[in-house]
Amino acid sequence: MRDVPGLPSRRTFLKASAASAAIAGIAAVPAKAEQKPEPVALTEYKPDCLKPSEWAFVMAAVARLIPSEGEGPGAIETRVPVFIDMQLAGDYGRAADWYMQGPHDAAASPLRGWQTPLTPLEVYQQAIPVFDAWCKATHGKIFAELDGETQDKALTSLQKDEMKIKPELRDFFTILLANTKEGYFADPMYGGNHGMQAWTYIGFPGARGSYREWVLKHNVKYPLGPVSISGERA
Amino acid sequence: MARTEKKKNVVLVGFGWTGAILGMELAQEGLEILALERGHDQNTVPDFQYPNMIDELKYGVRLGMMQKPRNGTLTIRRDQNETALPYRSLGTFLPGIGVGGAGTHWNGLNWRPMQSEYHLRSYTQEKFGNIIPDDMTIQDYPMSYAELEPHFDRFEYVAGISGQAGNINGKVVEGGNPFEAPRSRDYPMPPMHSTWDGKKFGDAARAMGYHPFPSPGGIASKDYVNEYNMQMGPCNHCGFCERFGCYNYSKSSPQTAIIDALKRKKNFEYRTNCDVLRVEKSADGKTATGVTYYDEKTGEEVFQPADIVILTAFSLHNVHLMLLSGIGKPYDPVTNEGVVGRNYSYQLTGGYTLFFKDENFNPFIGTGANGMCIDDFGMDNIDFAKEGFIGGAYWRSGQTNGQPIRSMSLPAGTPSWGAGWKKAVGEWYGHSMNIGAHGSLMSYRGNYLDLDPTYKDPRGRAMMRMTFNWQPNDLKMIQFMKSKMEPLVKSMNPDIAQDGFKKDGAMFDVRPYQTTHNTGGAVTGDDPKTSAINRYLQAWDQHNVFVMGASAFPQNTQYNPTGMVGGLAYWAAEHIRKDYLPNPRPLV
Repeated sequence: MRDVPGLPSRRTFLKASAASAAIAGIAAVPAKAEQKPEPVALTEYKPDCLKPSEWAFVMAAVARLIPSEGEGPGAIETRVPVFIDMQLAGDYGRAADWYMQGPHDAAASPLRGWQTPLTPLEVYQQAIPVFDAWCKATHGKIFAELDGETQDKALTSLQKDEMKIKPELRDFFTILLANTKEGYFADPMYGGNHGMQAWTYIGFPGARGSYREWVLKHNVKYPLGPVSISGERA
Repeated sequence: MARTEKKKNVVLVGFGWTGAILGMELAQEGLEILALERGHDQNTVPDFQYPNMIDELKYGVRLGMMQKPRNGTLTIRRDQNETALPYRSLGTFLPGIGVGGAGTHWNGLNWRPMQSEYHLRSYTQEKFGNIIPDDMTIQDYPMSYAELEPHFDRFEYVAGISGQAGNINGKVVEGGNPFEAPRSRDYPMPPMHSTWDGKKFGDAARAMGYHPFPSPGGIASKDYVNEYNMQMGPCNHCGFCERFGCYNYSKSSPQTAIIDALKRKKNFEYRTNCDVLRVEKSADGKTATGVTYYDEKTGEEVFQPADIVILTAFSLHNVHLMLLSGIGKPYDPVTNEGVVGRNYSYQLTGGYTLFFKDENFNPFIGTGANGMCIDDFGMDNIDFAKEGFIGGAYWRSGQTNGQPIRSMSLPAGTPSWGAGWKKAVGEWYGHSMNIGAHGSLMSYRGNYLDLDPTYKDPRGRAMMRMTFNWQPNDLKMIQFMKSKMEPLVKSMNPDIAQDGFKKDGAMFDVRPYQTTHNTGGAVTGDDPKTSAINRYLQAWDQHNVFVMGASAFPQNTQYNPTGMVGGLAYWAAEHIRKDYLPNPRPLV
């Protein structure tokens, strides 16, 4: 199947749409009532800060970082792109808490931490075109238009820094991957981990926060599913 | 615009554990006390309430309870040839902010150092000969364990610590730590129950002839009321201690143990969002006249006169304020002269992760001080001459949290993303456990704190500069721990085991969290040439300035520092009350 430029693959689209149906099914069970209304489909989502080309990249990239195939939800069904957009639009994306005054030495040893003058949002904004240009030069198309296998190869090259990205952008893959996992596992109020699917998958009970009677039940699997901070149950 | 406030008898700089302790002790003398906190006010209600507090992203990952580097940070370099760079986003250590300080977001592990640690230099020389490397600047505490014992005891009973005594007045108690320094009585609360990981570790350690005991910690195992009628309720093992405030009144904190009682005293006042810029000195330099702070609410500098100034901030901030204020001579590593910034130290840890595919650890059931420990490789039990290093470590196994963003152990070789990663998180979450070695760190001529020549904080003050790297002695210590831990791990027969111990040549990496056990820089001692404060934590040159906190440690202990910080604070408070207030003067 052909991918549509600027949009996620059809498979991604189907998964993104199917997320609604799956959760609607859960909501129909009376014991698990009071689910929130279904959010807008990813394909209809209006990003807070990402431009269309950036959104297309994030949709395509997270679909490879945590794919939908196999057991457990993928980044698309859990709405990780929404999480990333919201985080980049907020304090994290602006590096609101970080010391960002110069002088900067972006080429310092990575062991010395975040030294680029750029905020996380700026790193995304500047690195995506660089990476897309590299994908086009190396594989013939921008990242979002490549097939899955080639996307995996390209992400591996990015991770290994085969394109020798400039030091100001060198943490791009690291934060992209970290943000993807954050969106997968964070409380659903941040836009990802939709329906607490990632928590259900691994067996994390979320915000239950009360296990006193279970401490000495050694080596016995905890039986209850997750709750979220806003009171959702899965 | 500057304004001058009404004089107080005592001004406390920082309102965490030591500020709360000194505030309460000195308020009982009827003095007018003011605590200045540069962060916000915060309390169990409304700030730590369930369920909003147990939010891994906000507090665990984005570090919502920590100091914002934008509002103040320091620069770091590994050696004197490197240019220090700002610690722009937090990683390896996490200074707290706001009322309660790091005492609100700690794990609760509470210890007294081992007996050799109080006189480490003379102990080492007397027992093992002349083996201390030339650049290792370890020294003795100027007070003995026997002198400090009542103050450790006091802190444990105020804070509310759960644990099992191993040695009461020289009598070894079954089930406790037989190697601990003798205590005058048992812990105020019985030990916490351990989860499955700690149980497995304890059983394996016992089978190898070691001496397992429950972790001591500031986590309530039962209902508890302290001397101020402050109450703790039994912990429900929610698995959100470190980086979080406790919503359940179960974790020892300045708020839970002291502050609410202190607030009821009419002669005590605290002001938040007041960032102390410097300690002001008298014309002859022999005393402090008070402090100048920046009041964020009014946007002005304020002079606060006081008879006594007590630095009760986090260790790094105490040292920074001393450097900015000219309290004590700054340390110069070239000449090895000066005292402020000298003997900065940290903590060196390592450990194994063990995977058991058919066992359920329920890792989200935890406390910050969960599990079982051994002290068989503690300092008192190591032949420094034979092993070729000075130091030791305690070992612990006990899950503190199962928060999936930060606490996802996967077997080495697992892809970091893609189908392989997703499969692995489904397969392995909840099926692994850790054993950690929490090791000492010596002090060295090359590891120190001074003022940065380039970078300024938002108030225009020079940032503090940390020069720090791992040293061969301590890396040898942690490799020794690995060699001893490996057979124990094998005896437990895991499906997979992997280690995380630093190797010789490891460089300090500011990115991954290690510990917030930053010590030294204003150490206590008997000699004004090698210590910034005397045995009563009093500045040598300005007798009405006292400096609390882990900045006083001559080198870092093998344990978590809070117990020692609390003990030293009560020790100093007693001498200020009994000896200094009736006749203010240099006490040594």
